[in-house]
Amino acid sequence: MLADMLHRLFERHIDDAAHVRARQGEWLGEIWAEVAEMGLPLALLTEEQGGFGLTLAEVGEAFRLLGAHAVPLPVAETMGANRLLAKAGLALADGPAGLARADDVRTQAGRLVGQVARVAWGEQLDCLALGVGDTLYRVPRSGWTIAETGHALTFQPRPTIAIDWAIDNSAPLPHDPLAEGATLRTFQIAGALESALELTLQHTSTRVQFGKPLSKNQAVQHELAKLAGELACATAAADLAAEALARRDLLGVAAGSLRAREAAGAGAAIATQMHGAIGFTREHRLHLFTTALWTWRDEFGGQVHWARLLGSAALDAGAEGYWPMVTSL
Amino acid sequence: MSAIPFPAPPVDSDAVLALRTEFRAFLDRELKDRTPRQRSDNWYGFDRSFSRAMGQAGYLGMTWSKQYGGHERSAYERYVIVEETLAAGAPVGAHWIADRQSGPSIIKYGTEEQKALFLPRIAAGELAFCIGMSEPDSGSDLAATRTRAIRDGDNYRITGTKLWTSFAHEADWVILFCRTGSGGPADRQAGTSQFLVDLKNTPGLTIRPIIDLAGQHHFNEMHFEDAIVPANMLLGTEGQGWEQVMSELAFERSGPERFLSSIELLYQLIAVLQGQTSDAAQITLGRVTARLAVLRRLSRSVTAMLQDKQDASLQATIVKDVGALFEQGLPDIARELFDCEPDPQSASAYASVLGNIVLNAPSWSLRGGTREILRGIIARGLGTR
Repeated sequence: MLADMLHRLFERHIDDAAHVRARQGEWLGEIWAEVAEMGLPLALLTEEQGGFGLTLAEVGEAFRLLGAHAVPLPVAETMGANRLLAKAGLALADGPAGLARADDVRTQAGRLVGQVARVAWGEQLDCLALGVGDTLYRVPRSGWTIAETGHALTFQPRPTIAIDWAIDNSAPLPHDPLAEGATLRTFQIAGALESALELTLQHTSTRVQFGKPLSKNQAVQHELAKLAGELACATAAADLAAEALARRDLLGVAAGSLRAREAAGAGAAIATQMHGAIGFTREHRLHLFTTALWTWRDEFGGQVHWARLLGSAALDAGAEGYWPMVTSL
Repeated sequence: MSAIPFPAPPVDSDAVLALRTEFRAFLDRELKDRTPRQRSDNWYGFDRSFSRAMGQAGYLGMTWSKQYGGHERSAYERYVIVEETLAAGAPVGAHWIADRQSGPSIIKYGTEEQKALFLPRIAAGELAFCIGMSEPDSGSDLAATRTRAIRDGDNYRITGTKLWTSFAHEADWVILFCRTGSGGPADRQAGTSQFLVDLKNTPGLTIRPIIDLAGQHHFNEMHFEDAIVPANMLLGTEGQGWEQVMSELAFERSGPERFLSSIELLYQLIAVLQGQTSDAAQITLGRVTARLAVLRRLSRSVTAMLQDKQDASLQATIVKDVGALFEQGLPDIARELFDCEPDPQSASAYASVLGNIVLNAPSWSLRGGTREILRGIIARGLGTR
């Protein structure tokens, strides 16, 4: 139901022109208004918190669509930020929100001071759900300036922001913002891979070389099969991460997130290769998904961050405890 | 949508968790004297007393009807048993094939007489089966099978050669796929049938060992020279062999076990790296564990489909393809983290396990369908063929 509505909304609005505007750093305000109108920023909240009380499966479907359309707006971040804010009992965002953790931001005489690197659409946000140590803050837009511009591989803005804000709210951190963000990204990665596979199937079945469609070649078929395998892994990884996040199990989040990150790279490479030169251009839509995949796989804690967490737990478990640890993920 | 859907895995109910705990205790008891090197044999371990213990404790024929000695447990409960068995490196050879595919084929196609004769003994862990599909000129191309059975009164006379038959020299019975009709070139799949053949008591059957590159004997060549098989040992319907053998292959490929063959190496790697805080060790083990966790989830999704009586063959093929890459990739990952000259006969647990795994790993993307065949199946599932 939600998924159908979202799909139609994105089909209508997230066209190539919208992507071009976003790539130039333009905020797609009119599309954001529609997204907000649908209540999407509150989608992760329980009914008591004013949300829809969606199941994990419904939420997953919605997030995959954000990836499948490579929606160039911080929708996922806003949904995640609101989930954290609602759980912590802080006010929800009045517009697009950011989601970050920055343990080196300091409190100084009642002020929060420090930098947060690479906040998606940092200039346009209403507020930032910021975890510092064990504390969550809802930092309003007036509480930061842009310290340095930055861009994702989609060319969308990732500025570093300088916070200097008189603290007027805080709460114990309900769960790790990086885990929240990493989990949302796994779904977006799965969605983008789904689009990449669809485009690749389309291209290889219609593009004729040597008198037959590319997809009639075994070498091509085997790559398509590998791509389908990466997509299956990314989709399962996303569900695994989401279930783990729901029980606040960081190791499960790490496992899901890592495998999705790996699938993003492997899948994007196959899809691009199967498209030939046209896949390396902005003329073909594939690049919308490959550049998003290359962006998302390194956000909200990189591969090293999550791999260290899971790998050190594996070493701690030891040879005897390793398998029971795996079955608990 | 082009994605191949995997449903949510079955839920770990209290009953399932209890079964897992109980079965781990059983394995601890039964396998306490098994060395890491022996555990790394995985599928290639063959131990009738272990299989009998499995049967006596009620862990074989898990999903079958009680009427035939089964236990009427769910597909997911069977999954738990199978994955724990493999994760512990148990010697499964004496019950593996029978429990996974021969028994289910007999349930699906067998006569009442055949069901009564075979199923209770398989569930008791007393009857070992092997697979009679491949031939010298018929590997991936199963329809090229040449072994032929000709009706002769109350018997069939069988002539031909089967190859790569794991444990034919140990097992009791084989389900033999062969040609019964004229089988002209126009329709290679028609006129084929399956037979239950007694490996210990069939005149005209000789079994010759084929030693693999690891020096082990599990492969065999089975040669049938006018071998006599009673007509009541025809499985299913004469002429329907192709459909039946495809169904048997689906049982074979739908298993959850397609990524655990080198798990003992992972345990031993963790043992030698323990105490290390090196970035490389942590990061690599993190990534490996993530792959393993996701493969397990996909496998459990396949089990959910089997539980709902859905056709899971495409999904299972994906798990096998991705899973074989995982299990075959572990030796190289281990080699990047820890220097060791592999030696299957070494007293060092790590060196012996690495040696055994390196020598055996090539077979994992051959058995049950080569990687190339599997990818063709997946591509067809994507609509490209």
